[in-house]
Amino acid sequence: MILKTVLIRYYAILREQRGIEDEKLLTGAATPAALYEELRARHGFTLTGDRVRAALNDEFAQADAPLRDGDRVAFLPPMAGG
Amino acid sequence: MFTISSTPIDTAAFLGELRRGRAGACVTFEGWVRDMNEGRPVTALEYEAHVPLAEKEGGRIVSEAVEKFGALAVVGVHRTGSLVVGDLAVWIGVVAQHRSAAFDACRYVIDESKGRLPIWKRERYVDGSSEWINCATRGDHAAPGR
Repeated sequence: MILKTVLIRYYAILREQRGIEDEKLLTGAATPAALYEELRARHGFTLTGDRVRAALNDEFAQADAPLRDGDRVAFLPPMAGG
Repeated sequence: MFTISSTPIDTAAFLGELRRGRAGACVTFEGWVRDMNEGRPVTALEYEAHVPLAEKEGGRIVSEAVEKFGALAVVGVHRTGSLVVGDLAVWIGVVAQHRSAAFDACRYVIDESKGRLPIWKRERYVDGSSEWINCATRGDHAAPGR
């Protein structure tokens, strides 16, 4: 398992359930999906992984995209603009 | 151009950006905060956005509207922060040579914005409760087209 440091940003319901906006984390997760599961187990997020999209470095990303050291990861709950 | 704004939308300024000599039609859409959602009386709401990504994705929607319908210029603006009933939450402006393209492009931009922009809405209700829209964990589903 390769450890990397990522900067995580939470929005909306995830931000409230985590209690903070962002954090720096050392993780062995290889993908945004794996990282979300790790965080969900730790913080008890109510949204399941299939309802949360990921963004890497301010662009939409696939759930199974490779996570790299230094990535900025955002988890996006179901959208509700307009 | 698509902008996320944390302050009230200056519609006159955005309208000014749409001025084109070749434009024969201008269609604007205003989305307002309604006092009721799915039978529950709403008093206020908060919008939150992933700003850089929302502006990027909004810009892509605007480009698509120009390509698909031949609009001459398109501007979209979406609010963040605390809003009350009657406030302007989203503003779309389109100019085209003729009205048909302007109507179609405007409709396209607001419809696509609802499902594609990383923006979230927390509604506050008369009974003091509040809820993140589309984020309930049981018996809910995304509601496209609303």
